[in-house]
Amino acid sequence: MSNIILQVSNLKKYFPVRANPFAREQKFVHAVDDISFSVKKGRTLGIVGESGCGKSTTARLIANLMPTDNGVIIFNGEGVGEIGGLELKTFRKKLQMVFQDSFASLNPRLTISETISYGPMEHGTSKEDAHLQAHDLLAKVGLDPDLFASRYPHELSGGQRQRVNIARALAFNPEVVILDEAVAALDKSVQAQVLNLLQELKAEFELTYLFISHDLHVVHYISDDVMVMYLGQIVEMGPVEQVYSEAAHPYTRALLSAVPSMDPAHRTQKSPITGDPPNPINPPSGCRFHDRCEHARAICASLVPALMPVQSSHVVACHMNHPSSGYEASGPVVQSAAAGVNP
Amino acid sequence: MSSSAHISGRSYWSVVFHQLKHEPVALCSALVLLIIFFAAIFAPLLAPADPYATSMIHRLQAVGTTDHLLGTDELGRDMLSRLMFGGRLSLLMGVAPVFMAFVIGTSIGLFAGYVGGKINMMIMRMLDVFYAFPSVLLAVAISGALGPGMMNSLFALTLVFIPQLVRVAESVTTQVRKLDYIEAARMSGAGSFSIIRVHVLGNVLGPVFVYATGLLSVSMILGSGLSFLGLGVKPPEPEWGLMLNTLRSAIFKEPLIAALPGAMIFVTSIAFNLLADGVRSAMDIKR
Amino acid sequence: MFFYVIRRLIYAVPIALGVTLISFLLVYLAPGDPLNAIAPSDAPAETIAALKVAYGLDKPLPMQYGLWLLRAVQGDLGVSIASGRPVAAEVLAAVSNTLVLAGIAGAIGVFFGCLLGALAGYWHGSGIDRIATFLSVIGVSVPHYWLGMVLTIIFSTWLAWFPAMGAGPGGSAEWLWDYAHMRHLVLPALTLCVIPLGIITRTVRALVADMLDQEFVIALRARGLSNITIFKHVAKNTAPTVLAVSGLQLGYLMGGSILVETVFAWPGTGFLLNTAIFQRDIPVLQGTILILCMFFVALNLIVDIIQPLIDPRMVRA
Repeated sequence: MSNIILQVSNLKKYFPVRANPFAREQKFVHAVDDISFSVKKGRTLGIVGESGCGKSTTARLIANLMPTDNGVIIFNGEGVGEIGGLELKTFRKKLQMVFQDSFASLNPRLTISETISYGPMEHGTSKEDAHLQAHDLLAKVGLDPDLFASRYPHELSGGQRQRVNIARALAFNPEVVILDEAVAALDKSVQAQVLNLLQELKAEFELTYLFISHDLHVVHYISDDVMVMYLGQIVEMGPVEQVYSEAAHPYTRALLSAVPSMDPAHRTQKSPITGDPPNPINPPSGCRFHDRCEHARAICASLVPALMPVQSSHVVACHMNHPSSGYEASGPVVQSAAAGVNP
Repeated sequence: MSSSAHISGRSYWSVVFHQLKHEPVALCSALVLLIIFFAAIFAPLLAPADPYATSMIHRLQAVGTTDHLLGTDELGRDMLSRLMFGGRLSLLMGVAPVFMAFVIGTSIGLFAGYVGGKINMMIMRMLDVFYAFPSVLLAVAISGALGPGMMNSLFALTLVFIPQLVRVAESVTTQVRKLDYIEAARMSGAGSFSIIRVHVLGNVLGPVFVYATGLLSVSMILGSGLSFLGLGVKPPEPEWGLMLNTLRSAIFKEPLIAALPGAMIFVTSIAFNLLADGVRSAMDIKR
Repeated sequence: MFFYVIRRLIYAVPIALGVTLISFLLVYLAPGDPLNAIAPSDAPAETIAALKVAYGLDKPLPMQYGLWLLRAVQGDLGVSIASGRPVAAEVLAAVSNTLVLAGIAGAIGVFFGCLLGALAGYWHGSGIDRIATFLSVIGVSVPHYWLGMVLTIIFSTWLAWFPAMGAGPGGSAEWLWDYAHMRHLVLPALTLCVIPLGIITRTVRALVADMLDQEFVIALRARGLSNITIFKHVAKNTAPTVLAVSGLQLGYLMGGSILVETVFAWPGTGFLLNTAIFQRDIPVLQGTILILCMFFVALNLIVDIIQPLIDPRMVRA
């Protein structure tokens, strides 16, 4: 499988909770809890989940914007930031990120051209070359360089700013671009334009995308593969068409059924998720979704399900989907105080 | 690339400047300050008499006497000249400590804010101790401990203002540090110095500058106040606060003259404050 | 909430200690031997040595600090070099005088500041607002020692309504709330109140104007609530900040009264400090600074604790 460009193994990140200083033990938010996955070159991996599921944290960990508590990130076969592996500064050229808040992503004091050329100049490009490159990139993302190069962020619209952010990311000639809710803050019509731009750029520059979003429609449109996260863990992963049409995990099914449908033949069903929203400080035992799942059984409360294949590259972490897990034989789940689950 | 219509955006400071032009009060204050500064700087050329020349015969001449437009003080020296020369030291007491504190305070605040964590906490805690002193008390205490003299007073005032400016700088730096464009800068592989210089500094200087301009009038009043107490400028140097002190005994005979130096401090102080207010609101509108 | 109070108290301890350290060390900033203030430099060697031991100046600095602190905690701040009287007694007498002055000045400033500020904020943009803003700018820009002189000229020299100096018959020893004494209070208090007046007017005006613009007030009006009710709401919401600012202002007045006290020869801590500086009376200096700062620290602590009681949103880390 030599076309795997990014391999993430056992990624973990716990944030300490600032409780009162007299508490006996330190509490942690289990933001990202031991996840492993790989990204194939040239494909777009969509990462979906509700707020707080850990997808943005995962992105920042991969981009090395915060230290991991555990885990290995391998880029093109080399470990990132490790001795003998890929140097951090070189890694920065290969993996870039576009953030959600287009305005906060741009230094209000710098012109657009200065913003885009800052990175390459840091890597040794001369000022003239960097600015010329910025000009070309602006054209590539659909902004007229003569009009925009000397402007300031507050003079641009949201969509235009996001294009600038994309141009800035491309200035490094990266191989992978992480888009963290990059279109979430844009109007629908602008969203469509930016998404199309991203597709064009991907083809032209042979990029690999990690597309993080909570919007299932958008993810469906742009992704080749999709990964569903819940409470810091991966619950389902696979080619996007397959996961969307034959979702195996109850959570995925619930997410998909909650998406408002325009098709009268497939009307939106009532969401089968019950129970309280999850607490990332004290996650449920066993399968984290068990207290909100209508199919839960005793084994779900005690044993953590592993990611196992359902079909070729479609994997899911759910006891119900794996006959060998003991799900069939298991009795009903013991009623816990928090759950409102029907056995 | 064609050289057609190269549209240049308005940078932050040019917008502020433009905004200021529409604030009549701020402009008036700036004009007043300009006149005062001008008179002070060019005092040797403009003053009608020698500010040190005493004359026992012409003591405490009233305002409007020939030769002495604003009268004479208790030692017969020409008031107008004393006021003009006095402006030099009084204005210095206003500007110098604030400037020094601005430079030092911003540096410390930037460092503490960017580094964060335990080092930040340590620095800020140490400064909190200085914060526990009311400014006047601290200035008087340091100045008193060091003894009379202008340099001592300048030192004391600088020391008083540094904690305040560090606080503002650190607070802004901590906020800015969390913004996405700083993360984006880190993503570009830039080193910390570069990030601070290019991205953080420009965005921190604004708020700190606004705060510092508010301190100008305080510094002048406090500095002249120290001289008034006998702790700052020493006689026979002319300085508005010191003049107020030496003229105190004259309030019965020539109250108008005795009040003149204070009136200068008052006017300058109002001008500083109104200008600072104008700058602040000009920068606010932009945000 | 309880933990917040505990945290605040614990946090105040190192600050207080730092303050004592600086209060102690401040006098040693000066060049020259502190002994010069006590004994003339041409005194015989044995006298100097004896004086050194008597004042504890022969011990190493950290030990001097420790001893001084230990005694201070028990209420013994040493003996004044100039007068020979115990420092604690002198300082406390002075503090009570300054407290009277600062308290009255602060009360006037806060009361009229709130009034003016509220009026200005309610009718913001109007003539009243402009006058109030103008007054507040004057308040923060006027050199109060000069104002004291001007008021003295007008009300003492020209009109002879009020005395120019002192704290009344009996000097600093006895203060009574009677006419003979109160008339000495008028001019200094008026002079001193100008600063908190300016600051609080500005603060309250900004708060009220801001609050009245907020949506919840529009919602209240839409429900037909009377102006008095709205006023109560606004007052409740602005109270914590006004409280904090007032508390701090009181602290500044206490600590910064030296200039006004010098003009009016008001026998308070400022005046004491002034004399002590020129007499290089070290124990008095250390003691006065210490007590004034402790007062300020305590004031800050009280404000920090009371604020969240009124507005739970304001619990600071």
